[in-house]
Amino acid sequence: MAGKKIIGVLALQGAFVEHEAAIKKCGSQACQVRKPEELNQVDALIIPGGESTTIGKLMQEFGLDQAIQDRAAQGMPIWGTCAGMILLAKEIDNSDQFRLGLMDVKVKRNAFGRQVDSFEADLDIDHIGRTRGIFIRAPYVEEVWGEARVLSRYKDKIVMVQQNDLLSTAFHPELTQGLCIHRYFLDMV
Amino acid sequence: MEQKGTFSVKAGLAQMLKGGVIMDVTTPEQAKIAEEAGACAVMALEKVPADIRAAGGIARMADPSVILRIMDAVTIPVMAKCRIGHFVEAQILESLGVDYIDESEVLTPADDKYHINKHNFKVPFVCGARNLGEALRRIGEGAAMIRTKGEPGTGNVIEAVRHIRQVNDEIRWISNLPEEELMTAAKELQAPYELVVETAKLKRLPVVNFAAGGIATPADAALMMQLGCDGIFVGSGIFKSGDPKKRAKAIVAATTYYNDPAVLAEVSRDLGEPMVGIDISTIRPEERMQERGW
Repeated sequence: MAGKKIIGVLALQGAFVEHEAAIKKCGSQACQVRKPEELNQVDALIIPGGESTTIGKLMQEFGLDQAIQDRAAQGMPIWGTCAGMILLAKEIDNSDQFRLGLMDVKVKRNAFGRQVDSFEADLDIDHIGRTRGIFIRAPYVEEVWGEARVLSRYKDKIVMVQQNDLLSTAFHPELTQGLCIHRYFLDMV
Repeated sequence: MEQKGTFSVKAGLAQMLKGGVIMDVTTPEQAKIAEEAGACAVMALEKVPADIRAAGGIARMADPSVILRIMDAVTIPVMAKCRIGHFVEAQILESLGVDYIDESEVLTPADDKYHINKHNFKVPFVCGARNLGEALRRIGEGAAMIRTKGEPGTGNVIEAVRHIRQVNDEIRWISNLPEEELMTAAKELQAPYELVVETAKLKRLPVVNFAAGGIATPADAALMMQLGCDGIFVGSGIFKSGDPKKRAKAIVAATTYYNDPAVLAEVSRDLGEPMVGIDISTIRPEERMQERGW
């Protein structure tokens, strides 16, 4: 059935084309979402990496904030990478910027440092195994509570979390060749 | 093993900037206005290109304290410019911790033959290009992001359009060549052979390609996006206009909804005075910034 589902990729700003390509490589359908009515056409949503403040402002301006929150309440699976992880969080350290506030996590922005500190490294992930992770001015999760479960840590920092139908990664699986995280998300759909 | 400064990490930040607007700013206050309007990054400068053009003389890297104050003011990435070939300015910018360096023709070149060897740095570089050969030479030197040169500080989009059309034309040309013709194509383009082969296969530049140089309105931004650019730099166009806040926000929305004329019409309304433009033919060829770069 997974092949018939349509995965929306939020295309307001950031690396949405890469996610779209990865989903298609997995044999599933993907489409770009820029407006609330386009959200109605999809079975799941990926919020890509980009600038979380930019994406958040555009979400609010064009009415996607409420639309995404409504679909999430009905159980639509959502996966956020990097900026997407920040936007899904309930709490953001030292920031009052907009967030969807769906996951029981507290994130810290630019937590590994500026671009000169950005890095790639091997990660071990529960249920998935080892994969390469690219971290670009990445956040990490400082704290989880409630239903949120930690799936991966890098040097003690939480970099991947799942909360029922919601998934978030601090790193960018769309920038590496492996499709294991995309396949994991498709299995959630 | 943890690795910093790999090409994937450098090009990765450019990929995160796609679909966004990078705005020139000269003060922390302007940087905050840009961030509040939805900029995906800012370029920290002492003067915007229109003022550099008007002032004349030698334009150099900004004072580090200007850059550091802007870095303190915002949470989005901060870029800064160094002169073409001035690898020590680049070393200084890297040590300040800027997120991207623009080896830029807007500043006065420091070397009349050679660009910086950008592979030597952990910080990524963006460079301007007017054609495919120039873009691939810069990537060959280590640039992780390309932008059109346009003609900076003019508020006139014609040169940026010319440059993206030129790059696209040449990509279409090499993409249709049989493999044995690519070496001669590389010779004609004055571009590294391996990158010509890669570009022909991808049918696009191997790195992110933004528009820059003369973008002044939401419609200009959407035009460049429809022509295939991955995102937009706005230099003088915002803070040389009548209502920078509103114009900045409108250009951000136009860059996302570039294919949606109804949204473009809505955000283009009541923006106040745009920056005063300059006709390119009134600028003497030796004063055109786009001619800088080798």
